[in-house]
Amino acid sequence: MIQFQNVTKTYNKDVQALTDINLKVEKGEFIFLVGPSGAGKSTFIKLLLKEEEPTNGNIIVEGKDTTKISRRKVPFYRRSISVIFQDFRLLPNKTVYENVAFAMEIIEASSKEIRRQVPMVLSMVGLSDKARKYPHELSGGERQRVSIARAIVNNPSVLIADEPTGNLDPETAWEIMKVLKSISRRGTTIIMATHAKDIVNEMEQRVIALEKGRIVRDEQRGGYEYEN
Amino acid sequence: MKIKTFPYMIKQGLTGIWRNRGMSLASITTVSATLMILGLIITLVLNINGIAYMLQSQFDTVQLYLEEDIAHEEITDIGKEIGAIDGVSYVEFETKEEALDNLKEQWGDQGYLLDTLEDNPLPDSYIVHVENIETADSVVDELRKLDGIDEIKYYQDIIDNLLRIAGFVRTIGFALIMILILIAMFIISNTIKITLNARRQEITIMKYVGATNWFIRWPFVIEGMLLGFIGALIASGVVYFAYQSVFDIITTRLYVLFSGYMVTTQDMMTNVTIIFLIIGCGVGILGSIISLRKHLKV
Repeated sequence: MIQFQNVTKTYNKDVQALTDINLKVEKGEFIFLVGPSGAGKSTFIKLLLKEEEPTNGNIIVEGKDTTKISRRKVPFYRRSISVIFQDFRLLPNKTVYENVAFAMEIIEASSKEIRRQVPMVLSMVGLSDKARKYPHELSGGERQRVSIARAIVNNPSVLIADEPTGNLDPETAWEIMKVLKSISRRGTTIIMATHAKDIVNEMEQRVIALEKGRIVRDEQRGGYEYEN
Repeated sequence: MKIKTFPYMIKQGLTGIWRNRGMSLASITTVSATLMILGLIITLVLNINGIAYMLQSQFDTVQLYLEEDIAHEEITDIGKEIGAIDGVSYVEFETKEEALDNLKEQWGDQGYLLDTLEDNPLPDSYIVHVENIETADSVVDELRKLDGIDEIKYYQDIIDNLLRIAGFVRTIGFALIMILILIAMFIISNTIKITLNARRQEITIMKYVGATNWFIRWPFVIEGMLLGFIGALIASGVVYFAYQSVFDIITTRLYVLFSGYMVTTQDMMTNVTIIFLIIGCGVGILGSIISLRKHLKV
């Protein structure tokens, strides 16, 4: 599904963000990406999203070498890899429904598909009754669920979550984790970068730990093992 | 891009213009001011050229006015000498009486004014028809060498001067227009930049969700194009009314002779409107592309 082969990323010649990363992720896996700030988690995500190119090595996603995707094809690649962020990034002047539909409009889905798909994902994240609300009328957890709905509405094969619970209280964070877990059960691969020790420890999923740009630990049913 | 996306793009473009009314107005004003000046230049150049070519086709003759007290034989000799010059097709002799009659005819209704003259002030003249308008200059050079000639009236001079003026207006005018177009483009690109910044967040999301680059760019290109288009429409309207009224004044009140040689409003506006729309939209599109290149990394 996703494969990193000897991936190295160097910024400005001497800042080594990632060094010799080798990694294999199977379809439908749920992975926590942990490590101290500056360990290379953001770079890892940027490489997957093709916001950055590796200095060396190859990244293979669904059998395709991403380093060989032409600039023109990048948007189509991004439709198979979606992302959610700590700060939700919703459009404030659009309703919940419109925010989710927006993701479909810009890939030129038909209005028939939009009318079918949007209510479906809203019910998946438990927001059917909030469709007409604006983001500022929602709680943090609800906003993050809107952003999840937007991320999965086009059926991506990978969902990247960059500190999705960073702005949420523990209880709300768990709600989000439940939603992510249910998405994972439907076969979507999830890679979640996080500092949330309790969540990592309790979920007992595969944990990949980065330190100073290297993978220092990669274990199934792992724990967080850092003091925050 | 799918066809159903097109209304969405137009709507986005219009929204951009409306949200950012101040700068949009500035852009439209610059475009139309530029085009109005271009319109002035085009109308001047086309009309001067038109009159010059009209003169050229009607006066392919050189008129030689003979000195007052010249002997009859000398007149005949001069006639022969003229006939011998290369490039001369044939020569006509016009007595001063004939000249006066012709003038009366030309003046038409006002011809009676000439009846009050005590003395005929017009000289005898030879009218030299040249074989070819291009060789007229060399024929005139030869004619100047002849004796007994008071003045050579030669329309090529006027024609050349008119064409020179037209050329001058064109050169200076187009230099000016180039500068104005650059200014218009600069203002439009700044307007687009403001819309771009207002939609920064939306664009980021669009990129993450996988919108194609052109899907992101189109609304801005359309916004720029609409600004130019509106500017061009305004300029066309202004030039139309201005030209129409000048045309009316000239044809009705001033110089009836002139009127036939002016380009009609309809002919003028067909050309001008097309030119305006192309330049207006072009400037708008280029302005927004400049802005997108600078400020939108996709």
